[in-house]
Amino acid sequence: MTRQNQQLSKELAPRRARGLDDGGEPIIRVEDFRATYGGKTVLKDITFDVRRGEVLVIAGGSGSGKSTLLKHMIGLYKPAGGRILIDGDDIAAADGPQLARLMRKFGVAYQGGALFGSMTVLENVKLPLEEFTDLPAEVADLTALTKLQLVGLVDAAQKLPSELSGGMQKRAAIARAISLDPAIVFLDEPSAGLDPITSASLDELILTLNHLLGTSFVIVTHELPSIFTIADRVVVLNGTEKTMVALGDPVTLRDHSPNPWVRDFFNRGAPGATL
Amino acid sequence: MAALTPLVEPLDQPCGHGLLRPGGSCELAKRRLAMDATFEVAHPLVDGPGGGIRIQPGQRHHRSHPTRICRLLPRVLCCRIMSSKNPDVASVEVLPQGDILRVAITGRLTASMVPNVWSNALGPIRQSRPRQVIVDGSGVTYCDGAGLALFAQIRRSAAMLGASVVIEGLAADLNELVRLADLPDPLAPQLRPNKPLDVVSQAGKAALDVLDDLRAMVSFLGELLAAITWTLLHPRQLRWRDLFAVAEKAGANAVAVVCLLGFLIGLILAFQSAIPMQRFGATEVIPIVVSVAVIRELGPLIACILVAGRSGSAFAAEIGTMKVTEEVNALQTLGLDPVKFLVVPRVLAAMMVTPLLSVFCSLMGVVGGYTVMANYDFTIARYLSAVRNAVHYQDFIGGVAKSVVFAFIIGAIGCLRGLRTGAGPGAVGDSTTRAVVASIVLVIMADGIFGVVFYYLGI
Repeated sequence: MTRQNQQLSKELAPRRARGLDDGGEPIIRVEDFRATYGGKTVLKDITFDVRRGEVLVIAGGSGSGKSTLLKHMIGLYKPAGGRILIDGDDIAAADGPQLARLMRKFGVAYQGGALFGSMTVLENVKLPLEEFTDLPAEVADLTALTKLQLVGLVDAAQKLPSELSGGMQKRAAIARAISLDPAIVFLDEPSAGLDPITSASLDELILTLNHLLGTSFVIVTHELPSIFTIADRVVVLNGTEKTMVALGDPVTLRDHSPNPWVRDFFNRGAPGATL
Repeated sequence: MAALTPLVEPLDQPCGHGLLRPGGSCELAKRRLAMDATFEVAHPLVDGPGGGIRIQPGQRHHRSHPTRICRLLPRVLCCRIMSSKNPDVASVEVLPQGDILRVAITGRLTASMVPNVWSNALGPIRQSRPRQVIVDGSGVTYCDGAGLALFAQIRRSAAMLGASVVIEGLAADLNELVRLADLPDPLAPQLRPNKPLDVVSQAGKAALDVLDDLRAMVSFLGELLAAITWTLLHPRQLRWRDLFAVAEKAGANAVAVVCLLGFLIGLILAFQSAIPMQRFGATEVIPIVVSVAVIRELGPLIACILVAGRSGSAFAAEIGTMKVTEEVNALQTLGLDPVKFLVVPRVLAAMMVTPLLSVFCSLMGVVGGYTVMANYDFTIARYLSAVRNAVHYQDFIGGVAKSVVFAFIIGAIGCLRGLRTGAGPGAVGDSTTRAVVASIVLVIMADGIFGVVFYYLGI
């Protein structure tokens, strides 16, 4: 872990002690999840939950099914088996208007940003507010602008996504994901393609939003420095076994996991190593 | 009725909630009914001081008022909305203290609550124009994005009046959130969309764009001619596999539709010619008109317009997508010339297959003409004899030669638009559209030039 990330981690350590083991109902529960592709099982026997206010990372090697699991959790695909409960409602069993209503409970930032190219950054962030709230235009404008300020993009409000760098697009995507102040935000590879400094600033942003807004985060990543900085717990997927092989605090898993593959996974390479 | 805390300022201020009509209902009360609170709704003129009705949460409110009163005092009075003391309900109390305005905000500042207190918080700032606004946030229990927007707008309204703002009393975590969301410029200039250009600037920009396009076309034409010349001198360097793949898509796969179009064009032309010719008893002329028109003009033109729509757009889309995904950059950094690698095979393939397509189109046009002439007791032999006598080899060669030139134009324009594709998801579609339109326009212009040249050459 870099010195910068160690310091950041220490400053926010007290946050981790609050309310995450309160035994309350988890905000997401995945039970006996199974996914298939072309008739073949790609993931099976996956059970875990996400506590309120937690940052949970889904990690694993390339092709282990991290993004597949995430896409099932956000309702884009139906699982072949099991349940995925979002705040008590089974998203796997939902369809039509019910699914649309469930999807409004969380925000998603995709790997490539997925901003709408014909709209400015401000319009992208404002779109969920216009569609799903009765906020007057003036209030919606300023709400969106303050979200951009939180992610450090307020001066890019009137730019088109094509005019932004990769890191800025990811920040704008996060601003859009939090525009409705959802209780959960899903991030798919937020640091992919970013330099270490930008990646660290994105980690800081995630921790700040988690700390101040109490938002739960579910993040797919294979950046080890980010995992150690931001994760309260990690779900580790193994592509060969097609299942979850570990769940816990990253430091504990690195040092004390009974599974040697998991220990090797977290100890791989020097600080800054990726998987 | 138990006393409740007033939520809206005294009634001598026009609150702009709208004219109450007989049998109408108060829009403000309807909005507030979404909140978890008990309300008292009173119309002072009708209910008098202390009068009114108490509305429970979820209960609909519907009042009727005498028309005469509403007509006499249309804008002055509306409902006085009170609320019970509920700490979760957002509320605002404003207290002027000389040239300082204290704004006490309490409750949960959420997306559903904030619109209700928005004007209550901001209206007094605009009206009283204080020197300083002190926001007391000690009663704020929760703040989401809409709450942050409220604080931002308070700063913005104050900044417009030159007043300073102090926010005090917020809990530590809320204070941190508000601090992080604080806009660098409270006037929020980022909300203003980019100013559109005025008419003169737009005209100037359009003219410059046209000149830039023209320059790019001339430059590209030179590059393409040089690349084709080089390729013809080094035929082994040509990507023959790509050329035949394009030829199959642009040529072989288009034969059926070209034949159909040619047949229909011949049919339509024969029908339309038959109407006047019949009047003059000159049906013998119809095969001449159809065959000459189709072989000299319509066959090549229709075939090329079809090639522009099918293949010109495909070239623009393929190369445009490659531009967007940086494959063209990858070619360049590998030391390969995108014009030789991508454009030359496509243009040469188009120039190979389009003359063949125009021949098919012309032949089917002649066949289509016969289906009409059969009704006028023309045998096939008689019809073909008329066609043979009417059409000279110059007509046929002229038509084929034109189609070669048209194919070059279509291929070049399609590839050029692809290489000049901009950024963003709409860019490829834009390039495709411009490729088709420009190809068709230039093909018809070229056809006009050929017509004049052939006329003066006596062809």
